[in-house]
Amino acid sequence: MRVRAGVPSGAEPARTNGHGRSAARAALRRLPPLMAVLVLLLGWEALVRLRGIPHYILPAPSLVARTLVERWDSLLPSLWFTLRLTLLALAAAVAGGVLLASAFVLSRRVERALYPLAVVLQVTPIVAIAPLILIYVESTTAALLICAWIVAFFPILANTATGLRSADPQLGELFTLYGATRWQRLRWLLVPSALPYFLSGLRVAGGLSLIGAVVAEFTAGTAGRETGLASRILEASFRTEIPLMFAALALVSLLGVAIFLATSWLSRRLLGGWHASEVGEPDETG
Amino acid sequence: MNATAASPLVRLHRVDKRYPNGALALAGLDLAVGSDDFLALLGPSGCGKSTALRVLAGLLPPSAGRLQWAADLPEEVDGAPRLGFVFQEPALMPWARVADNVYLPLRLRGVSRDAAAEAVDDALRRVGLAGHADAWPRELSGGMRMRVSIARALVTRPRLLLLDEPFAALDEITRLRLNEDLLALRAEQGFAVVFVTHSVYESIYLAKRVAVMAARPGRVVAELPIDEPYPRLESFRTSARYNAHCIAVSQALRAAFEASRAGAAASA
Repeated sequence: MRVRAGVPSGAEPARTNGHGRSAARAALRRLPPLMAVLVLLLGWEALVRLRGIPHYILPAPSLVARTLVERWDSLLPSLWFTLRLTLLALAAAVAGGVLLASAFVLSRRVERALYPLAVVLQVTPIVAIAPLILIYVESTTAALLICAWIVAFFPILANTATGLRSADPQLGELFTLYGATRWQRLRWLLVPSALPYFLSGLRVAGGLSLIGAVVAEFTAGTAGRETGLASRILEASFRTEIPLMFAALALVSLLGVAIFLATSWLSRRLLGGWHASEVGEPDETG
Repeated sequence: MNATAASPLVRLHRVDKRYPNGALALAGLDLAVGSDDFLALLGPSGCGKSTALRVLAGLLPPSAGRLQWAADLPEEVDGAPRLGFVFQEPALMPWARVADNVYLPLRLRGVSRDAAAEAVDDALRRVGLAGHADAWPRELSGGMRMRVSIARALVTRPRLLLLDEPFAALDEITRLRLNEDLLALRAEQGFAVVFVTHSVYESIYLAKRVAVMAARPGRVVAELPIDEPYPRLESFRTSARYNAHCIAVSQALRAAFEASRAGAAASA
């Protein structure tokens, strides 16, 4: 008999021990990646110090960290700008991707008409389209948003469309048998069936919207009143402030990791318990 | 003509079913199901027995002929549809716990969760899953999942239960137990059954009548009564009478198979 997570288990000491053990195991699983990062940073630091590499060629991690703290006041608005742009693009990608996927599923004709266009948008490198968008769209921020949206929306569209079509046909017949309305079919059959697909699309799109936001800003250059982390990197490179470049780069990476962790957490929250991808490793009884 | 056919619950009247690709799945199928009936549809694969079941359920419209329910039986009784359907696979919603899966037919009819709670508990208890209301489908064995599927079909208290090779994927012991439990449930609740199977033994143990179908085109080629009293005990399976039924039904199935091959040769 499996025990469902979340059931109060104080009554059975053996089970409590099991939970303690699994928490320890979880901590142990996180150890290797943390160690790898630590070793990498220490090796980098040692290399720079022992070889005496000048900071304008390769700054040590400690210098990057110090720069990050010292320049925090100027970096924070850029971080905020990039974060906002990324999240707005992701939200627009979710809205556009889900709406278009629903239209595809409702009408094969709409799908046949629009799918090739979506593919063209997807396969054309964003750096090649970005200059045009920057010319045609007056607001730089809006142009950047459009670029990031173009990059991020396709995985949501493709995955959601697949998910909406992947509902168990026998369950579909059951809904027909009991005279389900369109709304009931959507709410109780199609949305739950599509959810795992949508969430894996969201994880990909989260990373892509950040990439889109940064790449588009590189193309835009340091124009615009408000600027993001990409502009900080460009500025720093013009002035050969290499430690500042690394500091801004570190923020971009951390932002990407944070988005990935957030979407993964959401996926675990929504699918934990029932979907094979999030149920976790088989326990002793499995 | 036996008594059940005289006052049928539902009947298929000269039903043809042609698929969009032109293949004739059913040709002139006549089938009557009495209100206390247990009809097994037996036949080689591709003979249209699943199609016949779907036409009966109203899931597939017939190309010709008609589906006719007893005039005094409305489509819904107390807000519940008059039939339940059990598929080849359990077809449970993996994202819903066992109780929510069983609740589904009532939810789709607009019954509130509170109002449905008693019926859901009752259905789960009857199939022997009272303690598993909060389990996820993936935590259950194949046999238990099929029990959930049966509980879901019976939660609306239907007059007719349609089953499409429901136990084909289960191991022999689980299958025998589910056969016995299905008969017990029917004895308790008194619904009629149409049961599609490709197993001679299963059809004889369960049914009052076995309709043997042939393919190309799908049609009933023989109907054999199994005039044995219920409840059917384990000893029935080892009796001489059971053996005699097996021989008769097997011969009919053999003939249906030959007829199917002849049909294939004629249409080739």
